Amino acid sequence: MSDARSEILSRVRDALGAAAPTPARIPRAYRPAGEHAAGSDEVLDLLVDRLEDYRAHVHRVTAAGLPGLLADLLGGTPGRVSGRVPGAAPARGARSAVVVPPGLDPAWLAGLADVDVRADTRDAPLAATELDEVGAVVTAARVAVAETGTIVLDGEPDQGRRAISLVPDVHVCVVRTSQVVQTVPEAVRLLDAHPERPLTWISGPSATSDIELDRVEGVHGPRTLHVVLVR
Amino acid sequence: MSTFLGMPAARGGSAPDAAAPDTLAGVGRPDDPLHWGASFPDAARTALANQQLRRNLGNATSTIRAKRARVVGEVPDWEELRDAGSALKADVLARLPELLEQLERNVTARGGVVHWARDAAEANRIVADLVRAKGTDEVVKVKSMATQEIGLNEALAEDGIAAVETDLAELIVQLADDMPSHILVPAIHRNRTEIRDIFLERMGDAPPDLTDVPRELAMAARAHLRRKFLSAKVAISGANFAVADTGTLAVVESEGNGRMCLTLPETLITVMGIEKLVPTFDDLEVFLQLLPRSSTGERMNPYTSMWTGVTPGDGPQEFHLVLLDNGRTTVLADEAGRSALHCIRCSACLNVCPVYERVGGHAYGSVYPGPIGAILTPQLTGEKSDLPYASTLCGACYEVCPVKIDIPSILVELRAREVELGGAAPDTSDRVWQAAMKAASFAMADGDRFRRAARVPRVLRAISRHGVIRRLPFPGSLWTRSRDLPEPPRQTFHDWWERRARQARQEDER
Amino acid sequence: MRIALAATCIADAMFPQAPRAVVTLLERLGHEVVFPPAQACCGQMHVNTGYLADAVPVVRNHVRTFAPVADGEWDAVVVPSGSCTGSIRHQQRMVLERAGLDQEARAATAVAERTYELSELLVDVLGVTDVGAWFPHRVTYHPTCHSLRMLGVGDKPERLLRAVDGLELVPLEQAEGCCGFGGTFSLKNADTSAAMLQDKVGHVVGTGAEVLTAGDWSCLMHIGGGLSRGGTGVRPMHLAEILVSTREAPVVPGERQEVAR
Repeated sequence: MSDARSEILSRVRDALGAAAPTPARIPRAYRPAGEHAAGSDEVLDLLVDRLEDYRAHVHRVTAAGLPGLLADLLGGTPGRVSGRVPGAAPARGARSAVVVPPGLDPAWLAGLADVDVRADTRDAPLAATELDEVGAVVTAARVAVAETGTIVLDGEPDQGRRAISLVPDVHVCVVRTSQVVQTVPEAVRLLDAHPERPLTWISGPSATSDIELDRVEGVHGPRTLHVVLVR
Repeated sequence: MSTFLGMPAARGGSAPDAAAPDTLAGVGRPDDPLHWGASFPDAARTALANQQLRRNLGNATSTIRAKRARVVGEVPDWEELRDAGSALKADVLARLPELLEQLERNVTARGGVVHWARDAAEANRIVADLVRAKGTDEVVKVKSMATQEIGLNEALAEDGIAAVETDLAELIVQLADDMPSHILVPAIHRNRTEIRDIFLERMGDAPPDLTDVPRELAMAARAHLRRKFLSAKVAISGANFAVADTGTLAVVESEGNGRMCLTLPETLITVMGIEKLVPTFDDLEVFLQLLPRSSTGERMNPYTSMWTGVTPGDGPQEFHLVLLDNGRTTVLADEAGRSALHCIRCSACLNVCPVYERVGGHAYGSVYPGPIGAILTPQLTGEKSDLPYASTLCGACYEVCPVKIDIPSILVELRAREVELGGAAPDTSDRVWQAAMKAASFAMADGDRFRRAARVPRVLRAISRHGVIRRLPFPGSLWTRSRDLPEPPRQTFHDWWERRARQARQEDER
Repeated sequence: MRIALAATCIADAMFPQAPRAVVTLLERLGHEVVFPPAQACCGQMHVNTGYLADAVPVVRNHVRTFAPVADGEWDAVVVPSGSCTGSIRHQQRMVLERAGLDQEARAATAVAERTYELSELLVDVLGVTDVGAWFPHRVTYHPTCHSLRMLGVGDKPERLLRAVDGLELVPLEQAEGCCGFGGTFSLKNADTSAAMLQDKVGHVVGTGAEVLTAGDWSCLMHIGGGLSRGGTGVRPMHLAEILVSTREAPVVPGERQEVAR
């Protein structure tokens, strides 16, 4: 493309030179998977333990119980958005609105009849400032990693654009128990079918340790993370 | 808040006392982010005299060391992951040309634009041109070592573009007109009270009743940056990893400022060193386990973002990737030192380093401080440097390095290079050391010569009192300033052994 | 066993009581000790200061002196120093190879393979942890960096110390932290070195121990110098000097035996 390109590439080739190191064989003696099956009780308990360590709120429900739980978490009045960060300003009226991705199972939202639920799509996205007026977001997930307490979103229609799970202050993430694997490699091997999708790995609410390495949960990303495990 | 180019503020004898308000002011922004300030021994002396700094650093490093040890200890295959990580990085370097071309192809195919920059000036010019073309004079930034290394913010400021650091620690550093003193926690040298004072004095919109509780400070930063995130047109980031076989880039962070920058603006510009590649997407499974536990001591960092070119309808619709050399190919050319390019910037080596722990990052006079900085900085600049000597070779860094960079061995290699450079153009100190080492080499290369030389310290018995020597003339004074020297023995081991053997022979003869 | 002793230059000149203790100890355990008089230094100081060319004759002398161990003349070489053993094992070959002395580099490898730090020799090669010592004192142990991380001696020195009759071993806070010696580091970065030393001295004093021990007189000289300057009364002693002490021939902390027993 430019002069710089060929010059850098030729510098690299010169640097490697005659004594170019031979491409290494990669020793992969690390665990490609955990000892427990995806969705097993051991794996779920581990995930819950890790998430709670990050100060995420974990709820375990059946599919039938999900709409009721979401109604509890997101029901109309601002005060009912639970898990509020102590000291944070109470949400204004508009912030009781909930944003959802276009492909979310509508049955999940059956209990939110009196809530302002706004759909966000790639074709008709809410502006960032509009998202800032929304109190919470509900998404599904692609996969979860128990050992690290991580949930991965890949931007498919039940998870939506990256912005919707970022700007609202409360993120309710619904994970099916069958989606929970034990280790990072299991998740990566699952995601590598579509590496081109925008991926967001989430391990608890946003946090910082920049002040005396004292961890504070809740900075720019959602300050409250609810993970709902649905069997 | 503006930054300025030019001389760093004085750090030596004129340092203001602890009560004066202008202790908030940092060291200033140097012309060369890889080489500024006093010599390491002198800068270290200044830092050591700052009790507050030593307390801040001691507390922070001991906290992070304990956290890291705990989460690394629970991974049964940690050593296997290190082996894989190290081999993957060696593989990347061995196949760098082909992997860079592969990355470029894949990023381009997905709608990204790839730029190449030979040095800092070229990278800065590329970025400034891109920003100007978007018609904006303010950009939001994700914490990035590459852009610190090239002094991007200062270069943009010269072009009338304000770069707003959005990582909490980088914001603190920027507000205080300071330099980062740690790779991961750039404001590690500041405690909560200092940060509160910096916010009150310089943030502009900090609540007047702000306390020094970390949560409150973090909330002040959230409020301060929120509007900028929501309105920014252009964001600038670095990259933790770039996957050659897919064109995927990854940024690992905690606060969500990274996600804000990588998601909300229309245009994203990523500046990345050419060594940051991993060969395949699956290889991320190794580094995503090694990096968070090594750096913040967490099982996983709160947020990791991965993107591949442009995703229509989601995130920035214009993506530029600037591939930066800036001395990396020089490092690569050195077989002994090239593994410094394995570094994934976790900063575990800083946190365990007994030298870093006491003197802090600014003493290194480079955006890359600590053990990794002591090898990377002189390799990147190619200049004569005292950083290779800023280590006791205790090996703690090598022990924790997630990609197994043998930092002590590379330090020794670089010392050898310093000796060569000193031989070519010696200063007084070089001459003294050269003469001393020559003489020692002569004395220590032969048993008889050594045996005679070993008796020499005995002369010091004349000035010993109660079995110790408390004061020696220079250069021995460098030792006796803070330590006693024990009285040398009447008899060396060589002499004792010979006498013993002689006595044994005499007894045999009787 | 026939064991060749590499006394180390610093102990030879400044702390001969340590190699003397090694001789007495190994003889007490029924082994023959040989001291090749052509020895001088392993070259560590030159290498670690970057003077690789000046290190070459020093390293060559060491390798030549101890080459007979590779031919079976001796069964092993013992070194009462973790850092010198580390240099012999990890640096000598590199120095000779860089000087183009490939044959001597191979000889260096052969010597290094049969060279052991004292606690390694005792525990791994000779298979003893109880050497029959008596030392009725409160002792703390500093695991020197090179013993700990370059050699990986682990808890061998502590196992040897725990087996000493009458000895009370007290743990040292932040034991694994470097004392700040680092060879020429202590001169080139004297202030930083002194700050590290100050912390180490504080931790040693905090143990209430009467004696500080380690497997390396270079670090002991440094910490001992700080202990002495601080008027702490804590005595530095090499591991060998404790292990050699018996009821019949007790070693008294702070009392230097100047002549052969």
